[in-house]
Amino acid sequence: MATKIRAEGGPLRKYAPLLGVAVIVLYCLLPFYWMMVSALRRPSDQFDNSIIPRPFSIDNIKDVFKEGTGFGRGLLNSLLVAGTVTILTLLIGLVAAYTLARLEFRFKNLVLAIIITTSMFPGISLIVPLLKLFVDIKWINTYQSMIVPSLSFALPLAVWTLTSFFRQMPRELEQAAMVDGCTPAQAFRKVILPLAAPGVFTTAIITFIAAWNEFLIALAMVQQKDHQTANVIISQFTGASGRDQPFGSQMAAGVIVTIPLVIAVLLFQRRIVAGLTAGGVK
Amino acid sequence: MRFERSHTRKAVATAVAGSLLLLASACGGDDTSGGGATTGGTALEGKGPITFATGKDTSGNLTSQVAAWNSQHPEEKVTVSELPESADAQRQQMVQNAQNKQDSFSVLNLDVVWTAEFAANRWVVELPQDQFPSLTSAIPATVETAKYRDKLYAVPITSDGGLLYYRKDLLDKAGLKAPTTWDEMLAACLKVAALPEGKGMSCYAGQFEKYEGLTVNFSEAVNSAGGVVVGKDGKPNVDTPEALAGLEELTKAFASGAIPKAAITYKEEEGRRAFQDGKLLFHRNWPYVYSLASKTDGSSKIAGKFGVAPLAGKTGPGVSTLGGHNYAISAFAKNKATAADFIKFMASEERQRANIEKTSQAPTWASLYDDPALNKSFPYLAPLKASIEKAQPRPSVVKYGDVTAAVQEAAYDALTNKKPPKQALTDLQTKLSSLITQ
Amino acid sequence: MSASAPVAARPANEPPKSGKARRHDEGTGKLAALLLSPTLLVLGLVVMFPIISALRTSLYKPGGVDPETGFVTEGDTYVGFDNYTAIFTGDTAERFWNAFYNTTFFTITCVVLETILGVAMALVMHKAFRGRGIVRASILVPWAIPTVVSALLWKWIFQADGAANAILGTQILWSTEGWQSVASVIVADTWKTAPFIGLLVLAGLQTIPADVYEAAKVDGASPLQQFRMITLPLVKPALLVAVLFRMLDTLRIFDLPFVLVGPHKDSVETLSMLAYDEAFNTRYGPAAAYATILFLYVAVVAFAFVKLLGADIIGDVAAKKSKKKKSSGDAAPPGVGTAGLAGVSGGGM
Repeated sequence: MATKIRAEGGPLRKYAPLLGVAVIVLYCLLPFYWMMVSALRRPSDQFDNSIIPRPFSIDNIKDVFKEGTGFGRGLLNSLLVAGTVTILTLLIGLVAAYTLARLEFRFKNLVLAIIITTSMFPGISLIVPLLKLFVDIKWINTYQSMIVPSLSFALPLAVWTLTSFFRQMPRELEQAAMVDGCTPAQAFRKVILPLAAPGVFTTAIITFIAAWNEFLIALAMVQQKDHQTANVIISQFTGASGRDQPFGSQMAAGVIVTIPLVIAVLLFQRRIVAGLTAGGVK
Repeated sequence: MRFERSHTRKAVATAVAGSLLLLASACGGDDTSGGGATTGGTALEGKGPITFATGKDTSGNLTSQVAAWNSQHPEEKVTVSELPESADAQRQQMVQNAQNKQDSFSVLNLDVVWTAEFAANRWVVELPQDQFPSLTSAIPATVETAKYRDKLYAVPITSDGGLLYYRKDLLDKAGLKAPTTWDEMLAACLKVAALPEGKGMSCYAGQFEKYEGLTVNFSEAVNSAGGVVVGKDGKPNVDTPEALAGLEELTKAFASGAIPKAAITYKEEEGRRAFQDGKLLFHRNWPYVYSLASKTDGSSKIAGKFGVAPLAGKTGPGVSTLGGHNYAISAFAKNKATAADFIKFMASEERQRANIEKTSQAPTWASLYDDPALNKSFPYLAPLKASIEKAQPRPSVVKYGDVTAAVQEAAYDALTNKKPPKQALTDLQTKLSSLITQ
Repeated sequence: MSASAPVAARPANEPPKSGKARRHDEGTGKLAALLLSPTLLVLGLVVMFPIISALRTSLYKPGGVDPETGFVTEGDTYVGFDNYTAIFTGDTAERFWNAFYNTTFFTITCVVLETILGVAMALVMHKAFRGRGIVRASILVPWAIPTVVSALLWKWIFQADGAANAILGTQILWSTEGWQSVASVIVADTWKTAPFIGLLVLAGLQTIPADVYEAAKVDGASPLQQFRMITLPLVKPALLVAVLFRMLDTLRIFDLPFVLVGPHKDSVETLSMLAYDEAFNTRYGPAAAYATILFLYVAVVAFAFVKLLGADIIGDVAAKKSKKKKSSGDAAPPGVGTAGLAGVSGGGM
């Protein structure tokens, strides 16, 4: 394909990638568009299949925030839980990954294996024993009962990804830095971390989103409204009679939790990547 | 009818007396607290704050009900613990709480089919029947759903029964009345199909997706043909000619197209949508559809054009499956006396009236169905009462989850032509026998 | 917790055996143990403990209903491996193998599709052009929508009179048994998680310095050659980790078939759903047995994958890399360039 494009050259070569971009963007966004459209219909039009909401209405969005849903508080809780999970995962995961990538010790592969093994047990089967444990240690209705499990779900991926990124960095980088008088910790922070920034940042996004989307644990461990996360609150939405499904407000809530996330990622992405690289190799 | 009407007055009086008692005990008298009633060994003791675990407050009504209680009982405040919308998730939360012996839920809002499981596992306590005056005023069928092995474990708060929604405008045009039998219903469909307005419409749909609603619809078909799924003696008896006749009524309707193909994916909402869009002449659904289908904001194309009747059966009116919710007291709760008082409060006629007015959920008080004012706002109350009075409960078995899964499997296999109906029922009988004797 | 013990003790006390380890002082083992302990502690508490507890549960059976009193007898009875053997006998065996097949089929299909799409997305995101930020954001969207919501969204789309049928002009009943229910799950899963692979591969791409491509262009490499000879080997570690974790996730797939199609449907019933079903009916012993079998299956697949394809991710290539680098790295600029070229040689060019 590539050779054909090259041979023909000109416009095709110029526009083919653009076409690919368009296809991918459409593929990703069309279902999301449907979600937005459904959110912006009147609740009475929720069964509509028209492409544009007509008449346009923000009633669903109002419903999401109406008094008593606790959705605003839920968003804050989600932010708190996912934020803490992300920070802790990165702190703990970076240390572990760098250790696995750089230090020579026995059972290294065993440790890597043990870490990934914890990602192999079906999540739904962890809840019952975990609930029992948390009841025993009186963690029910606490933030840590959501943070710690999410942390442990995120760590294996974080450690493995970061390890693979650190492995790609040549050792000479730190060695050079240490010759310049850096301690190993400084060498890591000032040389390796900036170079691995894309990897670190991606790990952070993935961890944050995974923690933000966590549902089963949050549902099982927390019964008090003031600690519930946005996802749990969404699952409690009902229609007027209890049997009718409030699809519109569920979709509105979905849009509300998704858009800020994407915007935040975009902003941070520029900042963090730029910041880290700037402070990096000189 | 005769029975309830004559008792209405008495019931109101009892309710008033009951609430006076409640007030008295809340205001000063501490003598009843701790005294509680004794129930098969367990006393309902302790007063103080409690929590109430329930599916989400649908129309803000629960909030006002609970607020009414809380203002009268500042020392015994009720906190609502909202559970997810899905019934399965609600049950799971309550089960997990009970298995860990947590006291986070005091009063549980149980679906009628969960009673046996919660009672047999001793997750909820037995209740003294004489302590709950509302029981004598409730439609008897609803009280049965709160019992396990003839002992009371919960108090009925809302009920539910299937209704036959029909297009009154089209039946009128064809010069027909609401059918009482399946044959009449199918004949009516043929007649309406001949009308210009009847083009492209399907005859009938209920809920046939593989979920609890299929158990409900299958049981209704079987019961309406004179069969049973599980008999009064608690033994499955589904491999009978009557049950087969009921099931075949559905399979034939699917085969002939009287039930549209898409109905195999219908839950309540999909069916309601089809009916509201004018695609169905007859539709089996719950009372909640009434107010939604009557909306004139454009969401329903049939507002003012439909009527409600009891379900149709083989030789006469059909038999509905009983739905609804009962309140029970968690075995691990503190302040069980308050919990019992709160249940009495919620079961009172006053609260039940407030509940139907706001949520249109069917009450358990028989007298409310005959109330002229309510009948005006909810014209389906008369057929609904008829439906609930005759309604059959689903099997009261500890392993209800397995039983309903087996029923769904058999019905779905028959409806999708995976198995002939006879074979499906024979297999179901075997399955149920092993599940229920275990 | 339990896992960190051998790591901590042995390397410090015993003389190291392998050649590469000998170069390091015995403090390394201790240091490694120290640095790894937070990770292992968290995983031990929240995952290892429940897993072990589930393994124990899988050997017990809950009490039955006492016919006299009607109450469930309290306390579990030890039944050895009965819960496991029960899975492989009679009707349950048929259901198990069907779920096993479904799980495997979903995993292979979804992961292959997601890998192809994910790599394509990464390549697109990596291209420098105006509006790149928007493209990146839109690719992130599916992954960022909470699963609770996206499952509902797809359920709505795949209704009998939903958007899918409207667009395709068909009247397919997506949630009924058959290929269509399988297809709907695959479409929804691929849509949601291809961006995950895309993100990780993109991160891999971003660590490749531009000079490597410059050099390749000077040497006259075609874009395809560049992709095969430079891009692919360099992103391989990131890609393999992404694919590996996608496999782990898809093997445990539960939400999508459950919400989109529904429980007890042969066409899409997966092993996780079987475990859920047992637990839902409060049979925790059999549920744990299903979970354990699934766990073993996942472990076998994962280790086979790592052995076959992933020498780079788990094997110790660092030492090898630094040696090889000496010959190739001199000409490249310090820092970034070195990293890239070292990666090339390490990646097996």
